[in-house]
Amino acid sequence: MSNIQHIAGFVFIILGLGFDVIGCIGLLRFRDTCGRLQATIKCVTFGTCAILIGTFILKGFCSTGMKAILTVVFLLLTSPVSAHALARAVYKPDGKI
Amino acid sequence: MKEINRGRIMWFMGLLLTLAALFFIVAYPIRSLLAWQSGFLSRGFFILIFCFGVCLLRVIKGPAPVDRAVAMDTLGILIVGFCAVLSIFTGRDWYLDIAIAWALQSFIGALALAKYLEGRGFDE
Repeated sequence: MSNIQHIAGFVFIILGLGFDVIGCIGLLRFRDTCGRLQATIKCVTFGTCAILIGTFILKGFCSTGMKAILTVVFLLLTSPVSAHALARAVYKPDGKI
Repeated sequence: MKEINRGRIMWFMGLLLTLAALFFIVAYPIRSLLAWQSGFLSRGFFILIFCFGVCLLRVIKGPAPVDRAVAMDTLGILIVGFCAVLSIFTGRDWYLDIAIAWALQSFIGALALAKYLEGRGFDE
């Protein structure tokens, strides 16, 4: 395994862990439900996708790397849908928060 | 007045605990220079476990049921990243199978919980 592959993979993993920590602190510290949703879904999805892309760069085109790319595609497809459904669930049936 | 003072003391203690946890994760001593990857990845484990603790705190504390649903969805996405780090750490590829399955279950669970909290039936 070459050296620049190592460095790029670990840079992606460090970036992802930092975004995860920032998203979780936003989940703890925001005051509104919509604020918490906005902070967590963006930061944590991007952080986890960065960790998985780092896994793909470290492992290359073997079974682990292709599963990581598949998980990235799956997360990017499903996470906005669940976030949208949860944001609609903030409002009560009579239209109030 | 007393409430404000108590809240500020609790905020300061939480800030100190967070900073101490992050400092001990980052400044944990490296045992040998040859194993620098495993040392770094075990630090990643501790960072993700800290995030799990924060999410579980929001599940315990959240005033509305939607807050708990959001925290559980976040916990599901974090576990996918934890499985990826575990797959690099041990060199086995079936941890990513667990990650894919966990993402699917978390998505379906969040969707069903959102439909229920919205006050509609499941077949709309």
